[in-house]
Amino acid sequence: MHLDNLIQRFQNKDKAAFETLHNMYAENICGVINVILKDPERSQELCQDVFVKIWNKSDQYDTSKGRFFTWILNIARNTAIDELRSKSHKNQKKNLPVDSLVGIYENSEDLNGKIDTIGLQSLLKGLKDKCILLIDLLYFKGFTQKEAAKELKTPIGTIKTRIRSCISEIRKNLPQ
Amino acid sequence: MDVKEYIASGILELYVAGALSPEENLEVQHYALQHPEIQKEIEAIEETVLQLTRTASPKLPKDNFNEILAQLDDVIPFKPEASKKRTPWGSYLGWAAAVLLAVGLFGLYLENNKLKTEIEITNQERENLEEILSTTQERVIDKEALLQQLRDQNVTVVALGGQAVSPDSYAKAYWNREESKVIIDAQGLPEPPPGYTYQVWSLKLSPLTPTSIGLLEDFATADSKLFSLPNPNESEAFGITLEPEGGSETPTLEQLYTLGAVGA
Repeated sequence: MHLDNLIQRFQNKDKAAFETLHNMYAENICGVINVILKDPERSQELCQDVFVKIWNKSDQYDTSKGRFFTWILNIARNTAIDELRSKSHKNQKKNLPVDSLVGIYENSEDLNGKIDTIGLQSLLKGLKDKCILLIDLLYFKGFTQKEAAKELKTPIGTIKTRIRSCISEIRKNLPQ
Repeated sequence: MDVKEYIASGILELYVAGALSPEENLEVQHYALQHPEIQKEIEAIEETVLQLTRTASPKLPKDNFNEILAQLDDVIPFKPEASKKRTPWGSYLGWAAAVLLAVGLFGLYLENNKLKTEIEITNQERENLEEILSTTQERVIDKEALLQQLRDQNVTVVALGGQAVSPDSYAKAYWNREESKVIIDAQGLPEPPPGYTYQVWSLKLSPLTPTSIGLLEDFATADSKLFSLPNPNESEAFGITLEPEGGSETPTLEQLYTLGAVGA
């Protein structure tokens, strides 16, 4: 089924369409939350919360928000970051640990084998730390291009070309 | 536009990340619709991110979606009856207390009525006794007053003896000259027949002149058979005759029951 049609049905409160979308993206949403929280059990709970939010906010999605996955990715990040802030009482995005993906990549044993460590390591194989850091900021923390540039003290143009190159590296690592 | 250059710029990676403004997003979508290569590239980048994020998932439970469904507002309607399910002990206790109170109050009401009735009976008895006492006291006072009158030193006692019509009859006259009053004690007279009444006469003896001083009215009902009559006359004797009701101008001498002379 075409994705646009599926989203249309979901926005008309079709639970079967909602289930299909859930099956397509639930593990990804849970993965993003887990990278931020590094707490598998809490991540599973918040993942469900995110899908409840998605259902309740379904009418708020439109194409100006980008891809459907991008929209729910944004909701998931905000939910996880809110959780992190409520725990750490830190109110600024910059105060969040910036190395979450790097940390998971380097210390994946800490998650007690609950995640696909081998898969993650094979995807990130050969990537430089600054690449992993940029992926973390843009995909897992929801930084804008401008915020990422400021955080990494790098020109905006460089952020754009670097993320292109970093994602391309991962694409090379994708199982064929 | 140069599609390859556009793809190589990295804007599509930013688009998938959600790092672009809404205007930039719409611009990317516009180009993606025009150029299938751009659309294809977007989907490839998204797939890469999906692969990456999936590896970090702690693996969701199999019934994850059902657990989500259970949390949706329209699946779990608000159940106000949940609170109704609780056994309303407070309510039961309240009713029980109300019933006990009602029974108690009714008991008190009955008890109160019983006591009121008893008090009423007691009051009635007391009133009766008070009345009897009052009557008795009045009688005593009357008797004392009478006794006092009879004992007065100005009183002349005249005994009236039975005459031919009724030899067993007798009477007494207590005459107080100072007060011009005579008390007739008619205890010794028989009850007059219906339609008749005793009439008392003051008599002058020479010549014999009778003057009526009154009737012994309501003879039958007068307990004491004592009758007080005015007597302003210079009486020499008293006589009592039986006369037709209402009395007579002159005594019917054939019916003279008792007669007695003053100072006799």
